[in-house]
Amino acid sequence: MKTVLLTIEKKVTLTIDNETVKVPEGTTVLEAAKIAGIHIPTLCYLKDINKAGACRICLVEANGSLQASCVLPVSEGMVVKTNTPLIRQMRKHILALILANHNSSCPTCIRNNNCELQTLAKELNLREEIFEREYSRHIDDFSPSVVRDDSKCINCGRCVNVCNDVQTVGVLGFVHRSDRTKVAPVYDKSLAELSCINCGQCIVNCPVGALREKDNTDLVWEALADETKHVVVQTAPAVRAALGEEFGLPMGTSVTGKMVAALRRLGFDKVFDTDFAADVTIMEEGTELLDRLNNGGVLPLITSCSPGWIKFCEHKFPELIPHLSSCKSPQNMMGALLKSHYAKMNGLDPKDIVVVSVMPCTAKKFEVQREELEVDGIRDVDISITTRELARMIKEARIEFNRLEDEAFDDFYGDSTGAAVIFGATGGVMEAAIRTVADILTGQDIEEVNYEAVRGVEGIKEAEIQITPELKIKVAVVHGGANVKALMERVLSGEAQYHFIEVMACPGGCVNGGGQPIVPDKVKMETDVRAERAKALYYEDSAILPRRKSHKNPSVQKLYREFLEEPNSSLAHKLLHTTYVNRQ
Amino acid sequence: MKQVHFITELFDKYDGRSLQAYLNVGGFASLQKTIEIGSEAVLTEIDASGLQGRGGAAYPTGKKLRQAQAEKAARKFVVCNADEGEPGTFKDRELLKCNIYQVIEGMVIAGICTQSQEGIIYVREEYTNMHDEIRNAIAECYSHNYLGKNILGSPYNFDLKLFSGAGSYVCGEGFAMCESMEGKSGRPRSKPPYVKQEGFLNLPTLVINTETLSTIVSIIKHGADSFRRYGTEESPGTKLISISGKVNRPGVYEIPFGLTIREIINDLAGGIRNGKKGHFVQIGGASGGILPEWLWDTPYTYEDLAKAGLSVGSGAIVVADEDNSLLDYLKVVQDFFSHESCGKCTPCREGNRQLRFIFERITDGTVTVADYDRLEIVLDVMGKASLCGSGKTEVVPFRTAQRYFPELFLTKESLEAKKAVV
Repeated sequence: MKTVLLTIEKKVTLTIDNETVKVPEGTTVLEAAKIAGIHIPTLCYLKDINKAGACRICLVEANGSLQASCVLPVSEGMVVKTNTPLIRQMRKHILALILANHNSSCPTCIRNNNCELQTLAKELNLREEIFEREYSRHIDDFSPSVVRDDSKCINCGRCVNVCNDVQTVGVLGFVHRSDRTKVAPVYDKSLAELSCINCGQCIVNCPVGALREKDNTDLVWEALADETKHVVVQTAPAVRAALGEEFGLPMGTSVTGKMVAALRRLGFDKVFDTDFAADVTIMEEGTELLDRLNNGGVLPLITSCSPGWIKFCEHKFPELIPHLSSCKSPQNMMGALLKSHYAKMNGLDPKDIVVVSVMPCTAKKFEVQREELEVDGIRDVDISITTRELARMIKEARIEFNRLEDEAFDDFYGDSTGAAVIFGATGGVMEAAIRTVADILTGQDIEEVNYEAVRGVEGIKEAEIQITPELKIKVAVVHGGANVKALMERVLSGEAQYHFIEVMACPGGCVNGGGQPIVPDKVKMETDVRAERAKALYYEDSAILPRRKSHKNPSVQKLYREFLEEPNSSLAHKLLHTTYVNRQ
Repeated sequence: MKQVHFITELFDKYDGRSLQAYLNVGGFASLQKTIEIGSEAVLTEIDASGLQGRGGAAYPTGKKLRQAQAEKAARKFVVCNADEGEPGTFKDRELLKCNIYQVIEGMVIAGICTQSQEGIIYVREEYTNMHDEIRNAIAECYSHNYLGKNILGSPYNFDLKLFSGAGSYVCGEGFAMCESMEGKSGRPRSKPPYVKQEGFLNLPTLVINTETLSTIVSIIKHGADSFRRYGTEESPGTKLISISGKVNRPGVYEIPFGLTIREIINDLAGGIRNGKKGHFVQIGGASGGILPEWLWDTPYTYEDLAKAGLSVGSGAIVVADEDNSLLDYLKVVQDFFSHESCGKCTPCREGNRQLRFIFERITDGTVTVADYDRLEIVLDVMGKASLCGSGKTEVVPFRTAQRYFPELFLTKESLEAKKAVV
């Protein structure tokens, strides 16, 4: 006798190109086809981000009528055809219509060879341009982070959805109608004038070259060629987890050694690791947390590493500014230390040092320009480039990246720990902070350092951690604007109470930052980019780096002993802490 | 029996602004009857009448109401579609102006039949001058318990308000209307789910045309049989038509289905102006078909128009005389769509861009054979692959023009070649 114990989700049987498929109710025809091994072409569709049924490339014949498969739910007995003469012709003609409104300057386009439109034209075997071309010439390049090129925009709406729904920033929308329809910021202003947080999620989700980072590689080449300058580079943790993708390596490959070698070949005088400054951040922020816990300070303390989050907070939640850690981000801590301590130790004039940062982030370009982020008139960081820009420089320099032998970062400012490298994934800063704070409060060297509760791609993670028998701290980890907004509203209403919150503006944290390699939609459909790249960082933490706690970094210890004296000292405050602006 | 007064029975019979005047001529009798006999009996009557939706899609009204009734949700909406955006259509304006209480009565009845308690009259922005009168009528109905809680002592509740569109043609489409009422740009959503399932605020929503609502009231009042006395088997009843263009008496007329186009033009609208010869009509709005003068003896019914490749649509009839060039006319139609396409889906947005180029060249005489090939592709893609009905039906005027006036779409060279052969 069989007893049904579980309510099993209802299955629906349909045929797709004569294959019988059984899928859960509510599955779209597009997803069902994928299960049947049929890849229906898409353009405006993007898993978890955009389901508009607008571009019409994914048309199929369902029970004899033409339907957009990305939004069509399966039904029992449905007969789907994906490869008929009519469908092939429709797809080609629709694609030709899109191309007529697109500036197809492929060879010089930033997305050449990584463009979904270009790929479609090839895959759909479109061999001629049928229609007369007409496209806008408008370019908005006033933002320090994001450039919008209307001539390339195909009105797919992915950026609009990511900006409004995923990030809840809401500076992009569709304006006008008919063939004057375009994606534009509010009132057709420049992104630079608006509450854009520069996160660049619009860029990494754009199928074409309509959105790109403000390219600063020329400035870097110029500095490298200037013999009067001492040019040092620092690389953020998430860069090493993704740079390899630009050179055809599998997602999640850690390329730290090759990256360092490539940076040396590009001509940087020193190759340092932002991870060092991440360890310093833990010292400063951990101390700040302990101080607030012990002395009745403003709680929860909220992290300040993500410049996208900082601007989001300044625009949307200025009442939370007192909660923000006064710590500069690791990028800027590093810059300030290089132009003070490092300059002094090496007899360099800080004015002659050029600090270049390689970041997974477009908001860092805005951050380096923030007025507050300088010490005695000396900018902390001079130029910030993204992972993608570094890849382009390596290619332009004709360096055979995959054949490089691994090299190590330069001494002292290249030293780091496993705690620092996991900064690149959501939950990493929290985990690193707990590792240090727990040791300090217990006075022990706690062996168990894996705090699984704060790892993973879930939007809002909460944990209560018993640090000492007397002290249990309640923490939250949140990433992606919509989750951040939801959590902060609960914090403000008093509904959610925490001691410490880690915030990253980008979904998944820095590994999925707006400056990271662009992953084709096809790959995104099957892979969780955030989780794959994070694996590389957790691998370095657990298997490669000899130390896993920031306060155990010997160079950091030395820095405090010989220069800063102690965390939150007055010198530390001068160099490593900052203030924020109410932008509402 | 050319012009009839079934729906328009009360036009000019009472002061349309006064609830009391409406009651004096028997107003709200259908609502009383609905409360007495219950929704099933009302729906049976509507089924029996054979009434089809007057917004353009001609979906059987009884079926539509039953589907709306079957949707289960705590909140459900009835929306009166008074967006009336089809060019050449102005019959709903007359219904709102002369007989607003009948529209409200129809809304309450639709609410009772579908177990919806909230109604919205979506009025096109261009009818701003009528907004106050409509709001006053709603307020009057509230103060006399024709709206609100326990209407006329019954267990039924129904709230009603007016919502003004912002001037977009596409908002006459159900989903675009929902988006518009939610404060967004009016752009249709993909189906399924349908408006009836997840419409306004993603809740079940019945979007129903102003004329359909008015007709329901008359059917309940006089019975399905008296409605079916008019029209044909497949097109029962009467229809409001808006006739305009080169006729002597443009206006709104209520006709029984089955009059010929020529009868409508000559006997109701007073014939072509200045004794000119007729050329063609466009029937049903901007996305309606073109019918040449030699087919004007076609009866105005759903079935006969369908045979000719046309449809009743919104009930508009625009008449062109021998002085009007069809190409110029089609260019105006195309301009309209270039202005009004919502821009969401590729076929309609980019298709209209290409149509604009092609019509520019047709009218300046530089059109080539390649342009006609492109025209063919664009119409094919728009008609088959557009997201919403607007994009799909936009090709109808061009397709019917091609069908009845094939020589229009020939280049100068091919025209001359053709003449030479003849």
